[in-house]
Amino acid sequence: MATAAAHLTTGTPAHDAPDGAEGTDGNQRAFDAAVAADERIEPRDWMPDAYRATLVRQIAQHAHSEIIGMQPEANWITRAPSLRRKAILMAKVQDEAGHGLYLYSAAETLGTSREELLDKLHTGRQKYSSIFNYPTLTWADVGAIGWLVDGAAITNQVPLCRCSYGPYARAMVRICKEESFHQRQGYELLLALSRGTPEQHAMAQDAVNRWWWPSLMMFGPPDDASQHSAQSMAWKIKRHSNDELRQRFVDICVPQAESLGLTLPDPDLKWNEERGHHDFGAIDWTEFQAVLKGNGPCNEQRLTQRRRAHDEGAWVREAAAAHAAKHSGRTGATDSAGTGATGTAGTTDTADAAGRTGAKQA
Amino acid sequence: MTATVATTAALALGDDALVLSHRLGEWAGHAPVLEEEVALANIALDLLGQARVLLSMVGDEDELAYLREERAFTNLQLVEQPNGDFAHTIARQLYFSTYQHLLYAALAGGEGEFAPLAAKAVNEVAYHRDHAEQWTLRLGDGTDVGHERMRRACEALWRFTGEMFQPVAGLDVDWAGLEAAWLESVGDVLERATLTLPEGPRVTAWSAGAGRQGVHTEPFGRMLAEMQHLHRSHPGASW
Amino acid sequence: MTNTDWPLWEVFVRSRRGLSHTHAGSLHAPDAEMALRNARDLYTRRGEGVSIWVVPSAAITASSPDEKDPFFEPAADKPYRHPTFYEIPEGVEHL
Repeated sequence: MATAAAHLTTGTPAHDAPDGAEGTDGNQRAFDAAVAADERIEPRDWMPDAYRATLVRQIAQHAHSEIIGMQPEANWITRAPSLRRKAILMAKVQDEAGHGLYLYSAAETLGTSREELLDKLHTGRQKYSSIFNYPTLTWADVGAIGWLVDGAAITNQVPLCRCSYGPYARAMVRICKEESFHQRQGYELLLALSRGTPEQHAMAQDAVNRWWWPSLMMFGPPDDASQHSAQSMAWKIKRHSNDELRQRFVDICVPQAESLGLTLPDPDLKWNEERGHHDFGAIDWTEFQAVLKGNGPCNEQRLTQRRRAHDEGAWVREAAAAHAAKHSGRTGATDSAGTGATGTAGTTDTADAAGRTGAKQA
Repeated sequence: MTATVATTAALALGDDALVLSHRLGEWAGHAPVLEEEVALANIALDLLGQARVLLSMVGDEDELAYLREERAFTNLQLVEQPNGDFAHTIARQLYFSTYQHLLYAALAGGEGEFAPLAAKAVNEVAYHRDHAEQWTLRLGDGTDVGHERMRRACEALWRFTGEMFQPVAGLDVDWAGLEAAWLESVGDVLERATLTLPEGPRVTAWSAGAGRQGVHTEPFGRMLAEMQHLHRSHPGASW
Repeated sequence: MTNTDWPLWEVFVRSRRGLSHTHAGSLHAPDAEMALRNARDLYTRRGEGVSIWVVPSAAITASSPDEKDPFFEPAADKPYRHPTFYEIPEGVEHL
């Protein structure tokens, strides 16, 4: 519970923290020692401003990616070709919303509200993963996203479960546990297509052709060109370099593609005995930069849909907030009001009240 | 109870669940707040699960979902109505889940072949009804804008509610009692949401019947076209 | 807080009977009832829980890091509170 309690100060830790702006030498030493000892940094601990800023940027980008990432797959929910696939896809897209929520809540422990982060996404001041700026043109794309995009994401995310920032690491543990089904369903989907009719097989191969290179780009620029890598590794936010993870991913995918009966679209892909890894062709970083700058096939479309959902939902959020304000003295809130009067014992009252309501539903 | 009669009932209930699940699935990526993405998907998944069990009682679930023509679907017209704004979706949920909850509770208490399914589904549906109720209260009794949108939605969908109480062959239910209970329950929620039961007719003025007879509204054809096109484009393929 | 910015709630889930509620994460909701429902949908959709508590984040008081030493250190130097502190001759059972 100690870690939970620390996490709980989600309000505005930046302002609560004793030395929000500049750390004393002692603070810096304690922080460095904790990171060196592989201890977790928790929300109310002192942390360097740059560490906080890096985490906010990274967790927000990660959260944004989850919710923007719902769109290319949701594109196929209404056309899923069997009820079994439809259920799987709906559950998966739902998970992505859930993962977005876990991550926004981790980001909020750093003193930035979700509203603020969403605003930055909507106004283009924060990014999401460029991979979601590619379109899902056929049903097979749903499989390719599961196998390759989620596969790359998992390769990136598993080390994040040991990230030095506690709430982020905990969110990642939960996410990785839930995501294991995402990759498998994609692989299974592609396998069914690959072993299906010639048209289905061609559909699967076409999807892999289009998603392979963008997936490799998901690991970010090469190590020598990556601006944030070194510092993030020192802070143990990141545990492995971009190129290291990319190589790991390629090595994992090659035999999987063989079992699928599909070809990875890279003539230079071959086993290098000496390195003990697969060599692979050069990545087109100009495309990566172009998509990153907003010129991908779907950048505009994705952001427009996100903004529209948010704007069109404003009246709903306002209505619920107004209702809560109007009725704060009644219904569920009655219990909380009671706790105020009875001091500390009230916590138990609230908890019990919640427990009762929960039991009624369960 | 003959096999045909049971088939009719399973299809009617299964189509309701299948079609409403599809409509809710259309919300993915469009919900007013992230928490609601998760909630709507949960309801859609529950309904899809029910649909699969019910359709499988009749035949192959995918053949039934993907290869029947529009006129062979016997879902209520209510569930095929487009999502509209969030208020329309909530009004549709309130009307349908209240009906489904009462119906499944009745079936679960009986001895028919739907009792086991209904016993499981009634718990899921109780939550759907609660979700719709909570939102009706907040939209109706929050802001003026919300109130007005909720009022309009309740009125727009009102004319599709009469059909719910047409007896379905094979279901041993007190339909008149169901209707009375439904009116009371929905009326109570609307009243607490500072709304009133709409006053217009509860059926459309067309004697050809409605969804239960395979007569649907125009948006349904387009919905099916989208739902079925991929499956139909690859005859005999497995997925 | 703007009028569309819902407050933050902390969610505690009892994973099964016999265990205590454990902090699962947080979420936004306009009020306690919706918080409970959102928590059910978000944190127990794989059957992870049998009971949920939600608490407004603002209602929680936490110990702060600079109190760390005086708060927790005294508990660390009382080894006699732990059974391993005591030496028992070999062969003595049920102790």
